[in-house]
Amino acid sequence: MASQNYYDPADLKKFGNITQWSKELGEKFFEYYGKVFEEGALSAREKSLIALAVAHTEMCPYCIDAYSQDGLQRGITKEEMMEAVHVGAAIKSGASLVHGVMMMNKVNKLEM
Amino acid sequence: MLKEKKKQQQSLHKRHSELAMANKQLEKLSNGIFASGELPLFSEKIKETEQFPLRPNKLEILQINVGYMCNQVCEHCHVDAGPDRKEIMTRETMMQCLEVIRNTGAHTLDLTGGAPEMNPDFRWFVDEASKAGIKDFIVRSNLTIIRANKKYYNLPEFFKNHNVHVVSSMPHWTRGKTDKQRGEGVFDQSIKALQELNAVGYGMPDNDLRLDLVYNPSGAFLPGDQASMEKDFKKALLEDFGIHFHNLFAITNLPISRFLDYLIASENYEDYMYSLVDAYNPAAVANVMCRNTISVSWDGYLYDCDFNQMLELKVASKIQHISEYNEDILNDRKIIISQHCYGCTAGAGSSCQGATAK
Repeated sequence: MASQNYYDPADLKKFGNITQWSKELGEKFFEYYGKVFEEGALSAREKSLIALAVAHTEMCPYCIDAYSQDGLQRGITKEEMMEAVHVGAAIKSGASLVHGVMMMNKVNKLEM
Repeated sequence: MLKEKKKQQQSLHKRHSELAMANKQLEKLSNGIFASGELPLFSEKIKETEQFPLRPNKLEILQINVGYMCNQVCEHCHVDAGPDRKEIMTRETMMQCLEVIRNTGAHTLDLTGGAPEMNPDFRWFVDEASKAGIKDFIVRSNLTIIRANKKYYNLPEFFKNHNVHVVSSMPHWTRGKTDKQRGEGVFDQSIKALQELNAVGYGMPDNDLRLDLVYNPSGAFLPGDQASMEKDFKKALLEDFGIHFHNLFAITNLPISRFLDYLIASENYEDYMYSLVDAYNPAAVANVMCRNTISVSWDGYLYDCDFNQMLELKVASKIQHISEYNEDILNDRKIIISQHCYGCTAGAGSSCQGATAK
């Protein structure tokens, strides 16, 4: 039976199924995804925190679910997680606010 | 609220909780999502790679549980240990163990509990056992016991004199996470105990007095990569408290006893079992500890592992007691499994010696 909600927590477990309708692209995505999160110039731990911040700015419930859990598994503390979320929130609000300059430019141009 | 807190400071046994009974735990692990076929039974899973029935390899570790008494009541404890548990190994059973220790082919002797140091014959036993010259002699110490009472203050020195390998639990390098799992004040006392162990040489770089830490998650999630966790633990404990240790063992919490009780009460049971089954790693099965370990309970009975001991699943052998111990006959047994075994095969695998697979 179809879910009565747009978002269903059980759907997260089905993420891998997207390969069913396009095997090649799906597999390429997961390969890329896996590679991105490997230890590199940034540690896997740092990447997990970035992912958590982006999960919030994207307001993706699946990603928040996944990266809250991932953070705990890596021993990341609540304080670190919340600071990461604030970084995302600050950029998000800054991104809105910086458009205020656009508004000011327009108003300044139009006003006598 | 206070009443709830007080209840949490008692074992499931003391609380007369249904889950104190092994058969109730086993029922839970076989019913629901496993009975409906939503998740596969562990036996079915290992059949996929032709590893059923699970059989022992060469015996390497003799793990002896000298009693369930403990000064702590950790929320996740699979032993359901605590100050109210009175099951303690007698000297008579210890003598039977010593007989086995002197003749075993195992290279590692692993003493656990409860807090093994609380057994009144603990020091006598260590003294006698160390004479057997076993290669690696482990005592699993919860750390706070070293600070619990004056009579334990010289334990670091005692361990050193017997060249004991100390393995201690430390769920996190921060106070909050540690105290939440292990009880108020545990973090500070553990730090102090670690510093005292360091002071006599334990855990110091280039020192043979081995001090390893055990990390297990403080909640319904799996442990992360052991090597990364070790790096983080080492950095934080050294920077914040000047503490050194050798290795970190990342251990998965098995869904039995108090951790099972927690999973059910917090409505995490099904999701946790899903995570364990999702993370199932057939390569980890090759090195699960039941294949190289015999676990002995306080009353001398033999088990495939400490978890089976708590589930009262004695070895499937005609030899079931330390008094009639025979390694050859014991090695020719089938290991008893249930769904809790998924805890040892998730991700990089989990054992009392940490991860079991790459």
